[in-house]
Amino acid sequence: MKIRTFAAAAAIAALAITATGCSGGANSGSNDSSGKTLTYWASNQGTSLDNDKEVLTPQLKKFEDQTGIKVNLEVIGWNDLQTRIQTAVTSGQAPDVLNIGNTWAASLQSTGAFMPFDAAAFDAIGGKDKFVKTAMDTGGVAGEDPTSVPLYGLAYGLYYNKAMFKDAGLTPPTTWEEMVADAKKLTTGGKHGFSLAAGSYTENSHFAFINAAQNGAEFFDASGKPTFTSDGVVDGIARYLDLMQTDKVVDPGNAQYDNATKAINDFATGKVGMVLSQSNANSSIASQGMKDDAFGVVAFPAPAGGKDVATMVAGINMSIFKNTKNKDAALQFVKFMTSEATQGELDKPFAALPVLAGVTPSFTDNAELAKTFSDIYANKSKPLPLVAAEDQFESTVGKAMNQMFATVASGGTVSKADIKAALTTAQQAVEAAG
Amino acid sequence: MSVSTAVKKSGPEAGATGKQPRKPRRAGWWLPYALLAPAVIFELVIHVIPMVTGIWMSFLKLTKMFIANWGNAPFVGLKNYEVALDFNSAVGLGLLKSFGITAAFTILVVGISWGLGMAAAVALQKTFRGRAIFRTLFLIPYALPMYAGVIAWKFMLQKDSGALNHLLFDNLGLPGDKPFWLIGDNAFIAVVLVAIWRLWPFAFLMLMAGLQSVPTDVYEASAVDGAKPMRQWWSITLPLLRPVNMVLVLVMFLWTFNDFNTPFVLFGGSQPPAGDLISFHIYNASFLTWNFGSGAAMSVLLLLFLLVVSGIYLLFMNRRKDRA
Repeated sequence: MKIRTFAAAAAIAALAITATGCSGGANSGSNDSSGKTLTYWASNQGTSLDNDKEVLTPQLKKFEDQTGIKVNLEVIGWNDLQTRIQTAVTSGQAPDVLNIGNTWAASLQSTGAFMPFDAAAFDAIGGKDKFVKTAMDTGGVAGEDPTSVPLYGLAYGLYYNKAMFKDAGLTPPTTWEEMVADAKKLTTGGKHGFSLAAGSYTENSHFAFINAAQNGAEFFDASGKPTFTSDGVVDGIARYLDLMQTDKVVDPGNAQYDNATKAINDFATGKVGMVLSQSNANSSIASQGMKDDAFGVVAFPAPAGGKDVATMVAGINMSIFKNTKNKDAALQFVKFMTSEATQGELDKPFAALPVLAGVTPSFTDNAELAKTFSDIYANKSKPLPLVAAEDQFESTVGKAMNQMFATVASGGTVSKADIKAALTTAQQAVEAAG
Repeated sequence: MSVSTAVKKSGPEAGATGKQPRKPRRAGWWLPYALLAPAVIFELVIHVIPMVTGIWMSFLKLTKMFIANWGNAPFVGLKNYEVALDFNSAVGLGLLKSFGITAAFTILVVGISWGLGMAAAVALQKTFRGRAIFRTLFLIPYALPMYAGVIAWKFMLQKDSGALNHLLFDNLGLPGDKPFWLIGDNAFIAVVLVAIWRLWPFAFLMLMAGLQSVPTDVYEASAVDGAKPMRQWWSITLPLLRPVNMVLVLVMFLWTFNDFNTPFVLFGGSQPPAGDLISFHIYNASFLTWNFGSGAAMSVLLLLFLLVVSGIYLLFMNRRKDRA
């Protein structure tokens, strides 16, 4: 009996230790009461999560040397980041500082879980005016204190293969019509004019936005209500879809491309003549063996007579969780990351456009490329709707477009009426959640 | 230890006052409770509390405005259920379609898996050389880590680079274009195929174990009476496997109807409408739109449906058993 009693007691004790061990582990990361350790979630900007770590670690070390504040870094892939943030918001077990996709800024702001940057907070990080206005506008809902500040700037551009264009006697397009004509000429002998990440809902939603913006159409009205079914939106999506459906310059297999890298790889390996990509594609292109001087970039052209919108204001912002116990340290860290010195170190490896006013782009050695992207970012960009339901716009409209591409790819047709019906369903889903 | 000390103290006291004429507890009476306690605690923590929380959430407007502070989420009564069951709205219609697809998926997967499992179990019932090899071979899909197995299928089902299209069109020379398997209508066939591949070894394993308990002399006696194998299967194997089948079909039904992993790994973020299974549908309804109240309501509806079906099934099977 004694042995049995002892064994049972031991088992219970072991269980208790395990249980308390667990909770201790969960608490330790984020809220160190000493105020000297921050937890930082970085997004994946480099060629891999490890690459991000390699790039960021020396900077974090520098920060620690300067301030004595240690930063625990975790790099999180894009597939997981939004879910991780949701979980963190829900549970309160959150990092102190984190990167967000800037298109999520208004959506995340509406959760109330992030620290608004008021005048004092901006003073602490070096002032609002240090940022480029285009980038700063993505910080949150207009008219409220933003809950994020710009970290890296990105923009879409139309990448073209110089050799393929030269062989076909083509010049880079300046209108949508020219682009389609060029693409048709390049679609020959198993090669295609274009590759698209037609199975990626985020990419699809971005291009729904850009094409609709070229038609002067909006996805949300001034009061934040969805207006997905206007003619300008339907026509914009139809135009983009027709690259595969009627122009046939996109391989139907692209309907399965669920991330942008797959489309970029087709470009880098010479299977297609053009690809629409964000400015950080260079490292992916280089990793496939395509040289820097083998491709050029122009602004994604609007149809003749359309509005000159070539990209949304893409990029990464930084936020501070409201419940951080290290607010001052967090602000110091944001100041450090958005300082000219640190930005200078990070823009190149992450191929980011500068978010600081008056800073020359350093993301590439190619002056022409830098100039093109800077021009697109500053003059031909439009921020995605800065409304709480922005993320729902991306998921519902983007997924509807995935299905449209799937229908086209498997031999069906998608009419404008079909597009309107799908957008009506998407709009209803957003309204129901609102 | 403190518990047992307390008991020793209270025992004599209780006897002295005479108010509690219970027998003094035997030493170590608490041991069974202590041994059960971890299981009960974990059951509460892992099953009961999340379930009750889920039911509570289904009555709240738990959108992203409130997830940082659940306490502030307004109580909306049955509103989430009304939206989920309003089949004229996009949300309700989506749920209904997903339910229909899941029902068809479940019938096909459970039916075919059971058929394959039964055929293989009967075929391997008699001893012959190499039986062990077949048994092991058939169990491989069940032994493989789920993620690895399904991701391998994902590669094989690619349109241009997949092994399936290569086999059908390049090797066997089927006419026509290579079809997509993971997008469009074929996605249903793909997810059914992969789910059967995962599930049938389980049916096989359970039925094989069940067959071990069927005495061979029954077969011998029936053979003397002139029964052919089909008749033997129908009149001996099937009735004697009844208890196994009863549980097996129910478990397979519940697993398959709730299957989340197969479509999640197979389709990733972009789920085609033809493969819109209900667990994944509810996940999307919750996480893509951050509407956890609505997602919870859908989960509760699913739970109720599965409870009702399981209840009717067990009632029906037990009645038949009583009659038999």
